[in-house]
Amino acid sequence: MEAKKQDIIDQLRQDLMAWEGFRPLPPGERQEFGLGAIENAFPNQTFPTGVLHEFISTRPEFTAATGGFIAGIMQTLLQNGGVCVWVSYTRRIYPPALKRFGVSPDRIIFIDVQREKDVLWATEEALKCSGIAAVICETRLLSFMESRRLQLAIEQSRVTGFILRKDVKHMSTTACTARWTVKPVRSKLRPGMPGVGYPRWQVDLLKVKNGQTGSWTLEWKNQQFTPVVEQSQTEKAKRYA
Amino acid sequence: MLKRFVSIWFKYLLTDREAIRQDSLRELPVAFTEPDHGRMLVMAMNTHAEHCGVKLSMAAADARVIAPGIQLFENKPGRQVKLLKGLAEWCLRYTPLVMVDPPDGLLLDVTGCTHLKGGEMEFLKDIVSRLRALGYTIRPGMADTLGCAWAVARCADTGLIVPPGGQRNALMLLPPGSLRLGTEILIKLNQLGFYQVGSFIHLPKSVLKRRFGSNMVLRLYQALGQEAEFLLPLREPVPYTERIALLEPVKTRDAIENAVHTLIDQLCKRLYGEGLGLRSAVLTYCRIDGKSYQLTIGTNHPSQRTDHIFKLLALQFDQVAPGLGIELFILDAPKTEPASDKQSLLWNGKPAADSEQVAELLDNIGARVGNTNIHRYLPQEHHWPERAVANSADLAQSPESEWSEDILRPVQLLDPPEPIEAMALTPDYAPRQFVYRNQRHIIVNADGPERISHEWWTEDGGYRDYYVAEDEEGMRYWLFGTPNDLPGQTRRWFIHGYFP
Repeated sequence: MEAKKQDIIDQLRQDLMAWEGFRPLPPGERQEFGLGAIENAFPNQTFPTGVLHEFISTRPEFTAATGGFIAGIMQTLLQNGGVCVWVSYTRRIYPPALKRFGVSPDRIIFIDVQREKDVLWATEEALKCSGIAAVICETRLLSFMESRRLQLAIEQSRVTGFILRKDVKHMSTTACTARWTVKPVRSKLRPGMPGVGYPRWQVDLLKVKNGQTGSWTLEWKNQQFTPVVEQSQTEKAKRYA
Repeated sequence: MLKRFVSIWFKYLLTDREAIRQDSLRELPVAFTEPDHGRMLVMAMNTHAEHCGVKLSMAAADARVIAPGIQLFENKPGRQVKLLKGLAEWCLRYTPLVMVDPPDGLLLDVTGCTHLKGGEMEFLKDIVSRLRALGYTIRPGMADTLGCAWAVARCADTGLIVPPGGQRNALMLLPPGSLRLGTEILIKLNQLGFYQVGSFIHLPKSVLKRRFGSNMVLRLYQALGQEAEFLLPLREPVPYTERIALLEPVKTRDAIENAVHTLIDQLCKRLYGEGLGLRSAVLTYCRIDGKSYQLTIGTNHPSQRTDHIFKLLALQFDQVAPGLGIELFILDAPKTEPASDKQSLLWNGKPAADSEQVAELLDNIGARVGNTNIHRYLPQEHHWPERAVANSADLAQSPESEWSEDILRPVQLLDPPEPIEAMALTPDYAPRQFVYRNQRHIIVNADGPERISHEWWTEDGGYRDYYVAEDEEGMRYWLFGTPNDLPGQTRRWFIHGYFP
C-alpha cells in the first residue's frame, strides 16, 4: 500500500514537471555539458536547455567570469552548428577571448542596441527564432512580466536563453528556471609554481525550479569544466615532504 | 514594336498654378512677366488676359493699360521645370515612362497602358478630367511618335488621337510651328508661303536639308516616325515593380496593410517565378493631395517570403501619414539577387531553413535598431588587441584565418584602457599592487610580461607590456605598462580588461 502511494506521488511529480515546461529529453538528444555535480542539481540530472537561465553579476570581474562560464556551456550548444546571438546595451565582451572556451567568435552575432529598452525587444525576437542555438542578453533590469514574456517565447522555439543581470538592487522574482552567480576565485598551480593558473570559479545556484541549490568550485581546463577537489593538507604534506 | 505616346500641353501652366494657390485669381486677367533687356515682358497669361488683348512679349506697362486690373507676377527662372517635374511625378500613375518637356509640356510613353483605363479615348479623358480637377487646363495628343503627339496636342483642333500609322495625314493640315522648329526656320517657311506642313512634306529630303538645315528634316522625320526619337524618363524604370491604384482612397491602417500585403504578394510571386529574391524594396504611396512618400527596407539575404517583407515594412507603418487618403501604392524592388532554395552556405551543419531564419531575424532587428549595430567579428592577423578583430557585415563570409587559441585574452575588454596607479618593486616586474577607482588591489600572482608593439608599418607608437594579474580575492586583470626604457620616460600603468 505504502509503495503504491509512493508511485502515485512520483507520477504526479513527473506530471507537474511536464506541465511546468520540463520535458525529459529523448536519450539521443542529451548533450554533455561536463558540469559534473552541478547537473545533479537539476531535475532529471540534466542541465536544462530550452529554458531561461539568469546570471547575477555585481562587479565587472564577475561579469567576465560569467561570460567565460556561459561560453563554456555554449561550446556544447553550438556543437550541432548554428549561431548564437549576444544582445547588449554597453558591450565590453572581447570576441577573441571566447575561443579559449571553445566558441568560435565568428558564430556569435553581437547586437549592440543604442537604447536600453531595445535590449529586451531584440532578445525576445531572437528567442522566437528557432534557428538559433542560444541567446545571451546583458541587461540591467528584468521584471517578472518581462521574464515571463521571454519564457513564453522560449516555450515555442526551445532556444536556450541566458540573461546576464547587472542590477542587484532589484532582485525581483523572475520566471527563469535557474539563477546563478559565477565569481572568480584564486587559481592554484602546483605549490611553488609562479603565475596565474587556470580560470577557477565559484558557481552558486541560488534558485532552481524543482532542483536543489548549491555551491561548487569549477576550473576551466583543457577545453572543459573540471570540478575542483580540494586536496587535504595532510595529503599535500605527504607528497611534498 | 508599335509605340504610343501622349503629349500633354499645359497651355496656362503658370497662371493655372497661381489660380490654384489663390482662388480669387480665377476670374481676373493674370500674366507673368520676365525681365528682358531692362524691360518687363509678358511671358505667360491666362484666358481673361488674352481676351483683353494681352500678347506674349508685350511690355508689362502696355499690358496694364490694355487690361485694367491685370495681376502681374514676376516669374522665377526654373519655375516651370519645377512645376512640370511635380506634374510628371503625378503622371507616374499612368505610365512609368514620363519625360518633362520644357517649357510647358509632358511626354508619356503609354505603350500597353491605355487598356487599363478602357481604351485610348478613355485614357485621355481620364488625364484631362483629373488634371482639370486639379485646376490645370490641358490639351493632350496621342500618336505613334513623340513629334506627332506634340504637334497634335498643340496645333490640332480635332482628332487628338492619331490612329496608328496616321501621322502623315494628321500633320498635313497643321502649321509648321507644330514641328518643334526654331523661330528663324519658322519665319523662313512663312515667308516662302508654307503655311501648312502638307505643303512641304512631299518635298525631297535633300531639298529641305539644303534650304532649312538638317535639324528641320530631323524634326519632320521624327514626327513621321522615320527617324528614331527616344524618351528620357524622369526616373529609370525599375524592372520589378508592382502597383495598386485604389478606386477609393484609403486611410485606415487595416486597409493600408491589406493593400501592401497584396502588393508584396504579387511581387513575390513574380520573383519566385524567376528564381529571384528581393534584397531591397521601396514602397511609394501617393496621397490624394498629390504628395508621395516612400518607405525603404533592405534584407540580409534574397527573400521571396511575403510575410517577412511585410513584417519589415510594417515596422515603419507608424510613420505613414495618410492625410486625406492614399490612392496609389507602388512597390519597387531596385535590388534583386538570384535566390537558391538551399541557403546552407551560411553556416555549415545547420539545415537550410535555419540560416534563412537567422537572416530574417537579423532583418527584423536591423530594421529597428539599425544594421550598423549588428556585428559579427572575424579574426585579423594583428597582435595589437584593438586591431585583432574586424567587423563583417556579410553573414556568409567565413574567417580567412583561424582564431588563435594559445594566447590569453580577457573576456571583458575596456575600450579605451583606463589609467591606474600601480606600484612595481622592480622596473620590469608586474606591479605589486594597484589602485583602480579608489580600490586597492594587492597582486599575489602574475604572468608576464607579454610585449605587444604597435605595428610600425601602420602607425607609430610604443609598445605595451601586458601582465595577467590576480589579486587577493581571486579577481584576474589585464594590466599593461607603457615603455620606460628611454631616459626621462616613466612607466604609466593601465587596466585593459578582466579575465574570467
